[in-house]
Amino acid sequence: MSINWDFIINSIPLYEKAAWLTLKLAFWGILISLVIGLICSVIQYFKIRILRSIVGAYIELSRNTPLLIQLYFLYFGLTKLGLTLSENTCAIIGLSFLGGSYMSEAFRGGIEAVSKSQIESGLSLGLSKIQLARYVILPQAFSFSISSIGANCIFLLKETSIVGAIAILDLMNVTKDLIGMYYQTFESLLMLVIAYLIILLPMSFLLTWLERKVRYAEFGN
Amino acid sequence: MQSSVISMVFTSQNLMRLMGGLLVTARIAFISIAIGSIAGIGFGLLMTSKSKWIKGICRLYLEIFRIIPILVWLYIVYFGITSALNIHLEGELVAMIVFSLWGTAEMGDIVRGALESLPRHQIESGRALGLGFWKLYRYVLIPQAVRRMLPGAINLATRMVKTTSLVVLIGVVEVVKVGQQIIEVSRFQVQTASLWIYGLLFILYFIICYPLSVLSKRLEAKWSN
Repeated sequence: MSINWDFIINSIPLYEKAAWLTLKLAFWGILISLVIGLICSVIQYFKIRILRSIVGAYIELSRNTPLLIQLYFLYFGLTKLGLTLSENTCAIIGLSFLGGSYMSEAFRGGIEAVSKSQIESGLSLGLSKIQLARYVILPQAFSFSISSIGANCIFLLKETSIVGAIAILDLMNVTKDLIGMYYQTFESLLMLVIAYLIILLPMSFLLTWLERKVRYAEFGN
Repeated sequence: MQSSVISMVFTSQNLMRLMGGLLVTARIAFISIAIGSIAGIGFGLLMTSKSKWIKGICRLYLEIFRIIPILVWLYIVYFGITSALNIHLEGELVAMIVFSLWGTAEMGDIVRGALESLPRHQIESGRALGLGFWKLYRYVLIPQAVRRMLPGAINLATRMVKTTSLVVLIGVVEVVKVGQQIIEVSRFQVQTASLWIYGLLFILYFIICYPLSVLSKRLEAKWSN
């Protein structure tokens, strides 16, 4: 099998554009997920009535359904009710809907990992519930949950591969189009894998590094 | 008005077709989970091997499946392998191959984690009692490891069920595809067909996955202490 290098070189701009789009969608998806996750975990932590059950239902719904169905429902279903969203907005909403619950679980895990004695010491010092959350629990919870947050970021980045299903010209669709038009299957798939590795490998290393930095106290270097 | 819409979309014939599609989804999920779990146990044992080479190769296999999205794997096998070997593979078979390989990798890591979390003295006591390799695993390590790995394994199963929705993108006629066909047919009579059908699919996946994740959480809580 000979590799068609000309084809690969000519396809680079297409993949580059698609990769930036993937990164953009993932960036907004992850950012909004973090915000949703933080809000949800704070609601669960303070055990606010009614809101707490809504958050619980949301988390179960979002964790137990596939992103593809969520996207189809948003993009093809809800538009029938007169709600028109662009493909990119749909993708970002879908990713945030999915990611929000994962991030919330990560934060919750972190909050639960803060030892009881820390909370009791804070209370005995006369801190209010909000001060306790702000100065004692959240900083520690963040450091405990950083590894799951990192794993969720990678997970969401990988999930962006599905947004091609709602007509976004992402890496998957570029590849599918190139295979369909030029039959350069091997080259197109090679470029696809390389593009994902270029996105995911540095991200994976970056998150490992960040985890070590944030958990300085535990690792000690 | 609303009820007539529902009765037009969800006719008994359409519901039967959706059930047929669900059966294909279930078949892919079930076979892949079965192969993945069994092969994964073997893979997990390999991962705890003392040889650096075996460990390294296992690690590489796992990371390759972790870092590259599953949809990309489906494309590689469905478009790439078939054209490279000049063979034709049904989308359903491709899905089963990819999900089984992925399931093996993930299950292997769960098994490895469970085995490595067992206290060392369990192995040493077993050895001291004169148990051989097989007896040690069969009577001492595996029964204890199963408890530690079951919540993770059930979680993996729900992930695999959710991922089966992707096979529609490589042309398998399963529940999502059947749903799309029904939407196509009824879209002129019922404008909102896609809302109802995708809503139903949403609920269907939830009904399948929710009990599994509850079970996993219960077992985790029960066996954690």
